[in-house]
This record gives sequence, C-alpha cells and structure tokens, in this order.
Amino acid sequence: MEPKLVLDRHQFDTFFESLHKHGYEIIGPTLLDGAVVYAPVDSPDELPVGWTDEQQGGVYRLKRRGDQALFGYSAAAHSWKKFLFLPTLKLFEAYRTSGGPEIRHPQPDVRRRAFLGVRACEIASMEIQDRILIHGTFQDTAYVQARNAALIVAVQCLQSGGTCFCRSMNTGPEVTRGYDLLLTEITGPQKHVFIVDVGTDRGAGILEGIALAKADEADLKHAGDLVDEAAAHMGRVLDQNGIKELLYRNYEHPRWEEVAKRCLTCTNCTIVCPTCFCTTIEDVTDLPGGKAERWRRWDSCFTLDHSYLHGGCVRCSGLSRYRQWMTHKLATWIDQFGTSGCVGCGRCITWCPVGIDITEETAAIRSSGDASSSIFGKKGE
Amino acid sequence: MHQTLEPIMAEQPFLKGLDAEHLQLLVGCASNVRYEAGQYLLRESEEANQFYIIRHGRVAIEVYTPNRGPIVIETLGEGDVLGWSWLVPPYNWRFDARAIELTRAIVLDGKCLRGKCEQDYQLGYELLSRFLQIIERRLQATRLQLLDVYKD
Amino acid sequence: MKTDIGTAGPGRQTEPTLDDPILPRMFQVRRIFSETADSFSCELQPSDGEVMHFSPGQFNMLYVFGVGEIPISISGNPDKPKLLVHTIRSVGPASKAIRRLKRGDLIGVRGPYGTGWPVKGAEGNDVVIVAGGIGLAPLRPLIYRVLAEREKYGRVALLVGARTPGDILFQRQLERWRGRLDIDVLVTVDKAPRSWRGNVGVVTSLIPKIRFDPATTTAFVCGPEVMMRFTAMELEVRGVPTSNLHFSLERNMKCGIGLCGHCQLGPYFICKDGPVLGLDKIKKLMALREI
Repeated sequence: MEPKLVLDRHQFDTFFESLHKHGYEIIGPTLLDGAVVYAPVDSPDELPVGWTDEQQGGVYRLKRRGDQALFGYSAAAHSWKKFLFLPTLKLFEAYRTSGGPEIRHPQPDVRRRAFLGVRACEIASMEIQDRILIHGTFQDTAYVQARNAALIVAVQCLQSGGTCFCRSMNTGPEVTRGYDLLLTEITGPQKHVFIVDVGTDRGAGILEGIALAKADEADLKHAGDLVDEAAAHMGRVLDQNGIKELLYRNYEHPRWEEVAKRCLTCTNCTIVCPTCFCTTIEDVTDLPGGKAERWRRWDSCFTLDHSYLHGGCVRCSGLSRYRQWMTHKLATWIDQFGTSGCVGCGRCITWCPVGIDITEETAAIRSSGDASSSIFGKKGE
Repeated sequence: MHQTLEPIMAEQPFLKGLDAEHLQLLVGCASNVRYEAGQYLLRESEEANQFYIIRHGRVAIEVYTPNRGPIVIETLGEGDVLGWSWLVPPYNWRFDARAIELTRAIVLDGKCLRGKCEQDYQLGYELLSRFLQIIERRLQATRLQLLDVYKD
Repeated sequence: MKTDIGTAGPGRQTEPTLDDPILPRMFQVRRIFSETADSFSCELQPSDGEVMHFSPGQFNMLYVFGVGEIPISISGNPDKPKLLVHTIRSVGPASKAIRRLKRGDLIGVRGPYGTGWPVKGAEGNDVVIVAGGIGLAPLRPLIYRVLAEREKYGRVALLVGARTPGDILFQRQLERWRGRLDIDVLVTVDKAPRSWRGNVGVVTSLIPKIRFDPATTTAFVCGPEVMMRFTAMELEVRGVPTSNLHFSLERNMKCGIGLCGHCQLGPYFICKDGPVLGLDKIKKLMALREI
C-alpha cells in the first residue's frame, strides 16, 4: 500500500499547475448564483474558501464557516453528471448530397478534465451510470470518452448535509474506491493540510515534482475521526430493507395521491439527480434543408411527453409520474441494473421547490404500506 | 324426427351437461331448419318465439339504417346460439338475422319453452344460466368493438 | 472517422468508432407500396451490401433525413434477409415522410433490436397466432418461419382482426395461406357492409372456432393492448399456460437500445427486454394503470 502523503494548503497552487501541465482542465467547486456549483476553475482562489451550505427540503443557503476550508460544503447544486453525460449532445450531422443523405459523426470532445472535489456518493453515482452506459449491451460512446478522460480527485466528506443519507444507501460518506487521488482536508489554527491517498498511477503522475511530506500517525487518526464524525451525523435515513418488494407491493398506495397533490412535476429532482439518465431526441434542419442535426438532451419522466404513445400518454397523472420516478429509482432499478438508482446525495430533496422528501415518502409507505390493500395481495406474498 | 335430433342436440356445446330428462324436453320443442344464402331467419320487431342453434353455415346479425343501409354487427357460425329476445318481454326481435351462406340450424320453440320453464324452475335455471354466459360474452365483445381499438 | 484522441494522453481513452449504436446505416428504398388506405410497406436494401439478419419479432429504428426516427417492426421473411421489409401505418411526420420516399432514396436504419418471438420454444406445440390491425406486421416473420418449418409444430392457426374489410393487411397473402391445408386462417372485422361475406366480431370470437390442445399450445399475440388483454384472458380460460402466451408490446421509444429510459414498463425496457414479453412477466403490470 502506498504511504499517505501530506499536501499543504500552500502547495495547492502547485497542485493546480501540475494538473494544468498534464493537460487537464480543472472542474471544481465555485460560488455561482448563490450556490456551490462545479465549473471550470483556474486557481484555488476560485474555490469556495470558507463557505458552507445549509440544506433542507426545498432549502439551500450559503453560510460562512469559521475557517478557510476549501471543501467545507456538502453536495453541490449539480452533480458531475453534466460533464460526463452532457445535458445536450449532438449525435450526428446529416448532409443532403446528390447521393442521398451523408451522415457525419461529430468530433468527440476529448478534453481531459480533472474533477476536483468528488464525494463518495458522487463516485457511487458514476459507477451506477457506468453500469447503464458502459457495461450494458450497448455503450454510450460520448459517455465512455468523457469518463475515460476524467481524472477523479476525490475529497472526504467531513460534514453531512441536512438532506444527506448516503450511509443508508451504502455509498458514503467515506471514499473507498474509484479515485485517482483522494484528499482529506484538515483545518486548524496552526495548519491547513490535505492527507493524500494515491489511487492510480495516473494520480501519482500528477504528484510527481511536488515535494510532499509523509503523513504521520496523528494526522491519519485525525482524518479518520473526521470521516467517522460525518458518518454519525447524517441528515436523513432511508431504510433499504426489502425496499424493492415494498414498492412493488404498493403501486396503489394512497400515499401516492398525497405526494401527487404537492408535486409540481417540475423535473428538478431528475435534473439534479446524479444517476437519472433519461434522454430525448431532437432533429433540427437548417433553413435551406441541406443539413440536418440530431441532438440528444436530458429528458425527465415527469414530463407528459416522456410516455407519449401515438395519440396520448401512458402516464398522464402527476401521481403516476412521481410513482414512476421513485419506484424506478429505488426498486425497478435494482432489477434492471443490480443496484439501487439512489446514492443518498439528497439533491432531489433540497432542490424540490415544495420539499418533497424521498426518504419521508418511503417511510410513509413502509409504515402503512402492507396494511393498505395492495393489488398484489397480502403481506409477505 | 325426434329420435334423430336427440344425439345431434346432445353434442351441442350449448346443451352440454344437461340431464337426459331436460334434454328430452328440449328435443320435444326442437326441429331442423335450413336457410339459403340471403334468407332471413328473423326480422326486427317481429315476434320472438324461438331461438336457434346453428349447425352449419353463417348468419349475420344486422341492423338497418336509412342512410347507410344494413350494417353487419356480428356474424355467428357453427355451434353458436342465435336469439334471446324470446326470453324477455315484450318478446320482439331487435335485429335482423340473415343467412350469409347455406345455413342449417336447430330451431327451438320459445313459447313452448317459456311455459315449461315456468313449471320446472330447474330447467329454467339451466337454460337461463347458459344464456347468461352467451349474453355476457356478447356484451364483452360488443364493448371491445365499441372501443374501436384499431382506430389509432 | 479518424481522430487524434490517441495522442491526447495516458491510458484509458478509447478510440471512437463508427459502430456507435446511435449512428444509422444507410439503406436504399427498392419499393414502397400501399397495403391499406393508411398503411404501406417499404422494401429496403443495404447500401453497403451487408444484409441484415433478424429474428421474427425484432424491430428497427428508421431515420428520415431531418424529420426523425421511429421504431418499426420488421415484417419481411427472416429466411430472405436480402430485402428488409417494414410495414408502417402513416400516422406521424416520420412515417408520412417514409411514405413519400421514392425508389433509390436513402433511409437510415438502426437495428435489429429487441427480443424476437420465442419460436423455438413453441416446437412440438400447437401454435395460435392472434393479430389485431397493424399487429399482423410483426407477426408475419413468425408466420413465415413457422410455415418454413411446418413439420416442427402441431396444429397452426392464425386469427386476424381488423377494423373494416379494407383495413386487413396482406390480404392476398392471407388468402394464399388459407388455401393451405396445414394452417387455419380466420379473419374477422369490427365493422362491415353487407357485401363482406366474412366474419364480423372481435378477434377473440374466433378462438372457439379453431382446434388446439390448450395445455400444449403456444400463442403469439400482437395488436392494441386492450385487444391483447382480452385475448390473453380468453386463451387462459381455455387452459393455455400463462407462460406460453407471448405479447409484443409498445411504448414510447427514442433510442431502441435501452439507454434513453422512455419505454419502461415496470422493470422492463420494452426496447431491449421486449418488445416480445411472456404474459407470466407482465400479467401483474398489465392490471395496473399508468405504469
């Protein structure tokens, strides 16, 4: 096992320089529109130095920390999905020629990107999308390229957000795999350092030429304690026990009607969700009609169009659309991909305009589910 | 004549399982009929005093509309039972029934059977439950037809 | 298409290739002809000469330049793959655009996708094929296959329902098949003028008219979902095992390869787990609303 290293806060500029030197564009946390978002950053000054956030159902607020931590916030507004699984993607161009339409594949975006500040739940969500978009029968070529070109610089979550429940989903808060480099940030009156784990040769390459000390026992213990602390303060809990069967039994639970009264079918939850992967297709042509383009863009199961079938939609009511989303995320996903579709990042709760909470909805169905009449019959069937 | 109809009637799916005594009663009310293509078996608003078990051929149930002429609602064939208006007052046919091709059938005298059912509730129950199944199937089929499922 | 991705950096990059499943192959239109007032067939040949082999029941995504892409089941003979045949109802912009194509025009094709009819599993059994409306199109490859290997099956019956006599697909072919002694072909329509000498009534009313041994019967059904539900009920009542009833289902499809999320029905993606699914898998789901 590689010895753990210490990167001093003062070396962060050098770290950035090394990433740039290796050809990486750095995508990291920064303040934008009153939230921490992931965006291109050129220097450590652009990171949310000394900021944290407060998150609750339908609530997001930036707050000052008492220190100068770089990664002292919880889940950012958007996940990394928007860089790996692009919100809009040109699939191809077609040109009208004398010999009929000619199809041209667009030049793939092969920019190498370093994702700085990736959390455990976010690594888990990438692994879930990998299962769907890489390891299925068919591959999403653009995703494969973006994923391979991404360097993962993870950070340990040292505080849980108000809507977090990664511990319930077994996806965090501790980062244990899936990174090139892993940072644990330690802030104190005397020092501000990052314990560095090296996950891959690619990660090790970035550190070459930066003079790093070896981490001592005290640092390692301190880092470990901080991670444990985060695990002990999860904002939410979601009981996964038998959840697939629970939801399969309760397609007709009255709770769906209750949640449907509040749900605006605005699609926010699917957009911020790091695993939602629905897309739709748009065909556009130029005015003379000589060139056509085929675009793919994110779609949401909350739209009427999503289930459109000549002349109508299959899921017309808001009830059926919320049910589809939640049942897919927590239950049918398991049948489809061998894993839950939820990593417990809490974004769908925070960014729901009316604060609908997937953990609360699940608990409500669990508490009364099997007593209510289900078309699949009795409990335990 | 009656000796020859009994084995034929005993084989009809509609009468399957009827006990010998009741079958004998029905045979007493039954006779063979034959219709050439185009001939009507029964006509709308006429008195309904019989029903048919079709042995061969095909019969169209039709309704006549002034602007579109006769419309075929359903066709019946071998083994199918035609006619239940004889069971329901005022005992008038609501549709036309016309042989599309040469059709042979057993016709049963409903007037006679109505009387026998009044005297023998067991027979009445046996007959009505058989008719109920036919009515139920036709109603389901009609509902599906009404949906016009192939339209879009 | 060559790109310089290989020089971009270390290790894990993959070369983008032309077998990106989202890129259509070009096919040439050989013939387009009307089947009924609102449906037509198109015969395609691959521009690159490489024929498309398929299993009965599979579908393709057909792309018309600048208009869009639609999933269409293959309706041709699986043992004669040189001609790729689709039978389409003109209902939307893409299908109407395909109808307007001329001989020699190019059309994009992706596929074949989806599960086919489990025809092997029906060997030794009686076979009942029930088609409603355009649902006969995805069943036709199955009929070709069963007739080509006729000795492998017991009794074979084809029941066809349509809206009116003019809406019956493949009429001449149905008549030819009816002339054979080894398949029962029965046709019925929902509405007919008196000039129609055939059956009038729903397709389920044909089931009592055919002979089959329910316990060893495999049924293949395609048509509007309500029609399939009624047919399933009727066949089950007669004793056909639930696991021997196979449906071809329809849901909104954008990608055809299980990546876009649209065509879900419970745990299934209709495009890759279907479109053909056994009733034992979908019976409970079909009883639910808005799934």
